[in-house]
Amino acid sequence: MNIELFFQYIVAGITYGAIYSIVAIGFNIIYNTTGIINFAQGEFVMIGGMTAVTLHSFFPLPYAILLAVIITMIAGALIEIIFIRWLVNPSVLRMIIITIGISILLREAALYIWGEKVRGLPYFTGTSVSSLSIGGVHVSPQVLWVIGISAVIVVALNLFFSYTMPGRQMRACASNRDAARLCGVSASNMITLSFVLSAGIGALAGCVVSPITYVQYESGTGLAIKGFTVAILGGLGNSMAAVAAGLILGILESLSIWVMPTAYKDVISISILLLMLFVKPSGLFGSKEAASLKEF
Amino acid sequence: MGHQRYLQILGLISAVIAVQLFTYYTDTGHHLTQLTMSAYYSLVIIGLCLLIGYAGQISLGHAGFFAIGGYISAFLTTHNFLPYKDNYFISFLSKSGLLASREDLYGGQILIFHPWAACIAAVLFAVIVAYLIGGPVLKLKGHYLAMATLGFGIIVYKIVLGTEKFGAADGISDVPSFVLLPGVEITGKLPVRIMNYYVAWVIVIICMIILLNLINSRIGRALRSIHGAEDASNAMGVNTAKYKLNTFVLSAAFASVAGVFLTHYNGGIGPSEASVMKSVRYVAIVAVGGMANLWGALIMGVLLNFLSLRGYFGTYDDAVFGGILILIMLFAPEGLLRIDLFRSLKGMFLKISDSKEKT
Amino acid sequence: MAILEVRDLSRSFGGLQAVFNVSFTVKNGSIKALIGPNGAGKTTLFNLISGFLKPDTGSVLFNNQKIHGLKPYQVAGKGLSRTFQHIKLFHKMTVLENIMIGRHIHSKAEFISGMFNLPWTQREEKAIRERSLEILNFLGLSEMADAEATSLAYGQQRIAELARALACEPKLLLLDEPAAGLNMRETAEMAKLIARIRDMGITVLIVEHDMSLVMNISDEIIVLSYGQKIADDIPLAIQKNSEVIRVYLGEEDA
Repeated sequence: MNIELFFQYIVAGITYGAIYSIVAIGFNIIYNTTGIINFAQGEFVMIGGMTAVTLHSFFPLPYAILLAVIITMIAGALIEIIFIRWLVNPSVLRMIIITIGISILLREAALYIWGEKVRGLPYFTGTSVSSLSIGGVHVSPQVLWVIGISAVIVVALNLFFSYTMPGRQMRACASNRDAARLCGVSASNMITLSFVLSAGIGALAGCVVSPITYVQYESGTGLAIKGFTVAILGGLGNSMAAVAAGLILGILESLSIWVMPTAYKDVISISILLLMLFVKPSGLFGSKEAASLKEF
Repeated sequence: MGHQRYLQILGLISAVIAVQLFTYYTDTGHHLTQLTMSAYYSLVIIGLCLLIGYAGQISLGHAGFFAIGGYISAFLTTHNFLPYKDNYFISFLSKSGLLASREDLYGGQILIFHPWAACIAAVLFAVIVAYLIGGPVLKLKGHYLAMATLGFGIIVYKIVLGTEKFGAADGISDVPSFVLLPGVEITGKLPVRIMNYYVAWVIVIICMIILLNLINSRIGRALRSIHGAEDASNAMGVNTAKYKLNTFVLSAAFASVAGVFLTHYNGGIGPSEASVMKSVRYVAIVAVGGMANLWGALIMGVLLNFLSLRGYFGTYDDAVFGGILILIMLFAPEGLLRIDLFRSLKGMFLKISDSKEKT
Repeated sequence: MAILEVRDLSRSFGGLQAVFNVSFTVKNGSIKALIGPNGAGKTTLFNLISGFLKPDTGSVLFNNQKIHGLKPYQVAGKGLSRTFQHIKLFHKMTVLENIMIGRHIHSKAEFISGMFNLPWTQREEKAIRERSLEILNFLGLSEMADAEATSLAYGQQRIAELARALACEPKLLLLDEPAAGLNMRETAEMAKLIARIRDMGITVLIVEHDMSLVMNISDEIIVLSYGQKIADDIPLAIQKNSEVIRVYLGEEDA
């Protein structure tokens, strides 16, 4: 086994893993405040990336990205307000189907606007061929951008949830919606906020990763299922564990190329999802006891 | 109770005949092709209706079972087994008459499975897969169940897409016709279009009778009780795990049968039949039909598939189904074809006219 | 003769010992009540007996047969039927259909026979329907037979759940707070009903908060506190038991 190649795979795995983690955190934010799994989470990533590419023809890169993130956040808010806010005690099945419908509409809208063409932002620094050498391993600078921005997102979210009023209110909603409402927290505003937040981080992830992986109208579905796998691996609702789980999945997937044809790469990660759901749905780091207490 | 069921079936039979006669006299016989395809698709849908609407278990992976049926029968009836004819197993099959020899496109002789043997193998395989994954999958609920079945569907899709033997992105073509009985064959050839229309609908009607009987039986009641309150159902002595599994397997069998027949009818199958969008479309149609409403599922299944296959939705095909899903779930989660919806509309109308009279 | 025998039953959730070393017996043909302050482990004990939870240690014998570790449907098949503290009627099914589910364990039609609507399954369906109507009649609910079960008034829903459990023709009936949410008149009627059920020869084990109901109809009472049995006696003796009084008065102080 070539040790250098091995590290290249690890780096690639970490890059993808970071994006999976961000998608998973997006799932978790909405799940924690609403108990809904938003099947359209992957589409936020796609829309963020696609919008940024379009805007980049008019604006410099940083502004294009910023605007794309804001536009996606507005889209997130609109989706919540139009489709979800006014439903009274919707069943889980109903919410699943509605968010699936939303994801299809977003995907088809993207197909209509952008066509089937695969697009990507330029490399933030350098070009596709430039590389940094870290301990003998060649790393594209964009990889560092992906990892760096993912880390910033995770830290910023932690600060947001721990030290700001809206962040704390969202956590209050997550742990007990009725109690939070009694303390004057508007649960429905918190739900909108959770959609805005996860749309925003999804869009940002879509922007940073687009130079490497490119985006296309249908990239969302694949990312969503990976993100969900990671969210389950980490334990649904647990965002810090999602980071670890994302890196694990990214690396496993990357290394799987050694034993399986690339075409089956996704089969590996989805098999991991199924296995996890069958064996320990509370996640790698979740305690079975806590899960069983929740049930009763 | 039972009489009503048979009257409904009689109505369906007359409708099927009426539509054929209508196309005959209006010279629109070409519509029968899409009606035949819609009939096969609606087999998937009524099976899924039993699972989602009655037993209350969602599946976002039924296109996977359809594809398993279609792909295995397509593979077995097109792949040349002549090179393996000395293999003990293949020669055994050959001697048992399960294999048949035919000419391929270039006039060479190839050894393939008889369609009946391929069909049985395909459905059997789908049933076994459904049994194996159904056990652990159906222990899950809500989002977990939805994601697990979605995951299964994606795995099947990725496998057929990534496997050269299954034609990768091109799928399998040149699938021979399926001689069900002497003189009755499933094929898309024009001269037998009317016969194929009736063959498909006879199969649908038989399946409908079976499912209608089932939902009106002790089992149907038990399934609805699982949907209504699973714990209580278990406490009443219903083996909920077993019933959910059996229903899952039954609906998978329906989907795989549909896959086998439609593949023979179309003469081929491609990976898009296994895609997530197909699975979602089946769920959408069950939802429009009213979830726990077999007739609604059948009517909507035929109607929407027919419109889609005729190209009425144009490039918005997927968007139409996405839109339908959202609208139905937002405004009429019990479906469109409901008597009480008409009743409540009537009530609303009466109220309005009442208030008008008062003022 | 004891129809139900619970031996050294324990179950914990995480660090919480919900039921600890509880033993008791229920005599055939009697009404036994299970009382205790909130969180005493009553419902957990019910769930352990009816198969919804597995005990950590200990055993449950029903007619001298082990039933712990069995699934709820298997327990039901042995002749032990239950109701729920939070009513769990089947949604979108009529009252009659709800009761007909109670006949499940006494009928046989499976998938294949159901699909082909065989003559014997038609006869069986007819018998299920007739027996269920009889039970509805017995409980005075026959007018409601075709109403959607969850649309009934609360008190009627309690009765319907009881009817469903009775349709199983159980040897032992577990009632989890059958009077919860009922007014005084309804509670009194429920008490009469439970007594009638006992007179039909069905043993009853009941969890209840309403002391008047419990004291009136029970033959014996067990008191649980913090997962442990603190008393097991006839109602008169329970009323005088100093430990029980302390537990209940203590609760009122808090």
